[in-house]
Formats: sequence, C-alpha cells, structure tokens
Amino acid sequence: MLEIKDLHAFYGRSHILQGVDIHIDKGQIVSLLGRNGVGRSTTCKAVMGLVPARGSIRYQGEEIVGLKPHLVARKGIGFVPEDRWIFPGLTVLQNLQLGLKSRKQKGRWEIKDVFTMFPNLKIRRDVQGGLISGGEKQMLTICRTLMGDPDFIMIDEPTEGLAPMLVEQLAGLIKEIAQRGVSVLLVEQKLSIALKISSRLYIMGHGRIVFEGTPEDLKTNQTVRKEWLEV
Amino acid sequence: MLEYIFFSTINSLLYGMLLFMLSSGLTLIFSMMGILNFAHASFFMLGAYFAYQISQFVGFWPGLVIAPLLVGVLGALVERYGLRSVHKHGHVAELLFTVGLAYLIEEIVMLIWGRNAVPYQIPNILDFALVNILGTDLSAYRVFMLVVSIGMFIFLFLVLTRSRIGLIIQAALTHPDGVSTLGHNVPGVFMLVFGGGSALAGLAGVIGGNYLITEPSMAAHLGPIVFVVIVVGGMGSLTGAFIASLLLGAIQTFAVGVQVSLSDLLALFGLTPEPSGLLKDFLRIQISHTGPILPYLFMVLMLIFRPKGLMGKRET
Ligand SMILES: Nc1ncnc2c1ncn2[C@@H]1O[C@H](COP(=O)(O)OP(=O)(O)OP(=O)(O)O)[C@@H](O)[C@H]1O
Ligand SMILES: [Mg+2]
Repeated sequence: MLEIKDLHAFYGRSHILQGVDIHIDKGQIVSLLGRNGVGRSTTCKAVMGLVPARGSIRYQGEEIVGLKPHLVARKGIGFVPEDRWIFPGLTVLQNLQLGLKSRKQKGRWEIKDVFTMFPNLKIRRDVQGGLISGGEKQMLTICRTLMGDPDFIMIDEPTEGLAPMLVEQLAGLIKEIAQRGVSVLLVEQKLSIALKISSRLYIMGHGRIVFEGTPEDLKTNQTVRKEWLEV
Repeated sequence: MLEYIFFSTINSLLYGMLLFMLSSGLTLIFSMMGILNFAHASFFMLGAYFAYQISQFVGFWPGLVIAPLLVGVLGALVERYGLRSVHKHGHVAELLFTVGLAYLIEEIVMLIWGRNAVPYQIPNILDFALVNILGTDLSAYRVFMLVVSIGMFIFLFLVLTRSRIGLIIQAALTHPDGVSTLGHNVPGVFMLVFGGGSALAGLAGVIGGNYLITEPSMAAHLGPIVFVVIVVGGMGSLTGAFIASLLLGAIQTFAVGVQVSLSDLLALFGLTPEPSGLLKDFLRIQISHTGPILPYLFMVLMLIFRPKGLMGKRET
C-alpha cells in the first residue's frame, strides 16, 4: 500500500529525517512511536507534501514524493494533524463538510455515521469549531479526514490530552477504520493503545527508524523500550 | 444643519463603502497569504482607466461589468506568475514586489493615458438630481454608487458564508495546510482570492473614478487610506474592515464641515490663551483642514494603544 524508502527531510538547514524506511500493507494498523522531536510528525508531513522531502514514497505502486498536498490527498491519503487544525469560525457541521473532496463525494463514511458514533458532535453541530472541547476537537478532526474517504490515513498523536474513556473510544474507532479496509499509520509517543491495536510497530529515534517489529517483539524487548521510549 | 447632517451621512456612507470595496480584498489577501499588497490601490486605478477606455467605445454600462473582470484577471495573473514565484524568497521580497508593481502600473498608466486626468464621466442617464432634499439636490449617480456598493457587500457576504468556496476561503484564513490536506487546491484558492480582491478594487475604480478624478496619482492618494482601514479594523478581519471603512468615511466627511478651531474649543470652556508664534498658528487650525491627517493620526494611535485593531485576531 505505502512504501517509504530512504526518506530525507529538512527544515532550512537542519536535517530532520535521515533515511526513514516504513511500509504499510492494506487494512493494517501500523504504529510509529518515539520521543518528542524525533521526527514522527515530519514523516507524516513529508508524505503529505507539506515539507520538502527526498527519497521515495510509493503509494499503490506510484511515486508521490514531491507532489502538492491537495494532490496527495486526492490520491486517497488522509492526514489527521496533531494540532488538529479545526477551522474555528466554521461550525462543526461545516468542518465536516469541508472534509468532502467535492460536495457530492460518497464514501465509506457519511455525516450521519459520525453523528451516531459521536452524539456530542451532533448536539454541537451548529457550534463554531473554535468553541468545542479538546476531546470533541480530536474526534472532529479525525472524522473530518474520514469524510474524504481515504484508503490510507495517518493519525498524529490522537490520544494526547484525552480522558481515559475517550482513549478507549478512539481505539475502537481506529479498529473500525481498519475494518472498513483503510490502512492506518498511528503516531504516538507512548505505547498506550498502540500495543493493543497495531499489527506492527516502528520506533523512531533522531530522524531514523531504530526498531521494527510486532507488539510481541516489543513487549519482550526491554532494552529497546528503555533506550527509545521511556523517559 | 439637518441638511448638513443628512448629506454628510450619505457622503460618509458612500466613501465608507468605496473604502470597504478596497479594504475587503486587501484584508482577505493579507490574512490568507500574509501579503501586504501595496499595489492594491493600483488595481482600483486600473478599474477607472479601463472603464474610461471601454466607455469611449461602447459606453459606461458594458464597462461596469468588463472593467472589473479585466482587472480581476490581471490580478490573478499577477498572483500566479509573479507573487507565487517571489513567495519562496519570503515576505520582504513579496512586499517589495508589490511596491514595485504599484510604481510600474502608475508609469504604464501615464505612458498610455498621459500625466493628466482623463475625462471619465458619469453616464448621462444618471446625471440628474434624483430628489431634492431640504433644498439640496441628491444626484442619481450617488444613489447608484450606494446601490452598487451595498449590492456588492451583500454578494460578498453571501459568497463567503453560504457557498462552498466561501467556506474553503474562510478555512484557509486560519489553516491553509489543513485545507490543502483535505484535498482542496489552496494555491488555486489564493489565485481566486487575489483575482477577486483585485476585481473588487477595480469595481470601486469603475464607479468611483468618474465621481472623483481619474488621474495617475489616484492610486497613491487612496492607497495609504486603505492601509489605515485594515490596521484600524484589525488585519484579516472583514467585519473590522467594514466597521473601520464606515468609521473613516464618517470621520473624513464630517470633519470637512466642522469650521471650528482648537482655540474656539478652548473658548467654549472660558479659556482664551494669548499665545504667539507657532502655537498661535496651531490653535487656529480649523478641524475642517485636519480631515486628511485624521486617518493617519487614528492609525498611529491605534497601533500604540490597540495594535491588533478593532476586531483583529493577530497581534502583529
Ligand atoms: N517548522 C519547523 N521549523 C524548524 N524545525 C522544526 C519545525 N518543525 C519541527 N522542527 C524540528 O524537527 C524535529 C522533528 O519534529 P517533529 O515535529 O517531526 O517531531 P515529533 O517526533 O513529531 O515530536 P513531537 O510531536 O512530540 O514534537 C524537532 O527537533 C523539531 O524541533
Ligand atoms: Mg509530532
């Protein structure tokens, strides 16, 4: 589905990604873990075309490195940013509508699905996006990206700042996304839900991948956890 | 007195709406792309000159539609082939580009139409007194300008709040990257907004150029005031630009009619200082003469005491 090879990215002069290799198969949930500032978000942004990158990103067999963000999105790649980017002046419903790539787009998800999964968003559908709670914003930003019906979605630090109950609900949603045939790259800092729902995990340290394996591999490998995850 | 208030209100409303036609585009362009477009008033001037030229061939009415469209297309081309390539060199380069463009347009206008004003006139069919109110005529053309500018205001409001493209524009004001990762062509939206903003400025030129004077310095005259509007209103706020436009329109119009000086004001409170030299001259300045500087005074005070403007969201 997605194959990243020897990906390099820069912010000005600083060499942030120094040869990243990641691959994700169809319908898989793969997690990308690592401490603050190691370059996980930059990896997502490089895939989306939001930061200039070198190397290879093949999506469904096609090279997409260097493509403009809206064209990457139209290939079927979705991105849920860690800053959420809720449009503050638009209502919850309008935020969702802008997730559709065209007014008439029909896909795996509809607005009424979103409202059944998250009744809070339904109640607040006419409230401005800037005024809803942090948890509601997180759900809204994921659902907004789902409206565009991606075949592959990158979700950057969704559990950050969420109440434990919401984290559980989120894990459920991500599993549901994968069940509908969408591949997921879940970016997290801690193991949290990653161990439970992913089929494979990557750990990143200083701009490159330092571990790749299944949740079982990581559970038994205490050295890697100590060196690259725990603070 | 009643008559003075009535006509000043009409005039300030007119001037305010013209200012809004210019400042709405400028403030949208600024908040979306971070570009302070110094050439914005030049598009206003081009609107007037294009309309004049078109009116020579086919009359005023086709020009009313064609001239703003031409200016809009020109604006879109400037964005697509000028600003977009300058963009990678940063905001200072963009700013210098627009300053250069303003001079370029002024020189080209002088090359084609000469240094003096051109006789761009209001159409005969609107050149009459619509009504006589309290002994003074209200010209039909002024009412027409008011109708056009209010109509455009309603149109802009509906487009921005009701249409899908309007929602995309609003969203791109705060999170352009967010909009593009949802699959919307943000560079295309930028071009559209730049073209649309230019067209609005052009429309203001079409209906304002014959009411004022169509001459090569008209951009340089109006340009600074439009900046005052967006600073006072708050960079990036359309509501702010609207309020500030009407406010500045009112300040400038009403000040012209106030034949009062500072010493008169002091006399009201029983103070009759007998200064000499410069101070005496200063106290004798009539408020009506301060009309042109009031907006700038207002802007400077605004920047000191409330730098984000009336409705602005950002601090700088
Ligand atoms: N816009 C930017 N300009 C310059 N440097 C940046 C920028 N964004 C990120 N960086 C730097 O790039 C490095 C990687 O950032 P990135 O956001 O990818 O980290 P991360 O792994 O997502 O961690 P976290 O999200 O916890 O900050 C960091 O050292 C950060 O300081
Ligand atoms: Mg991050």
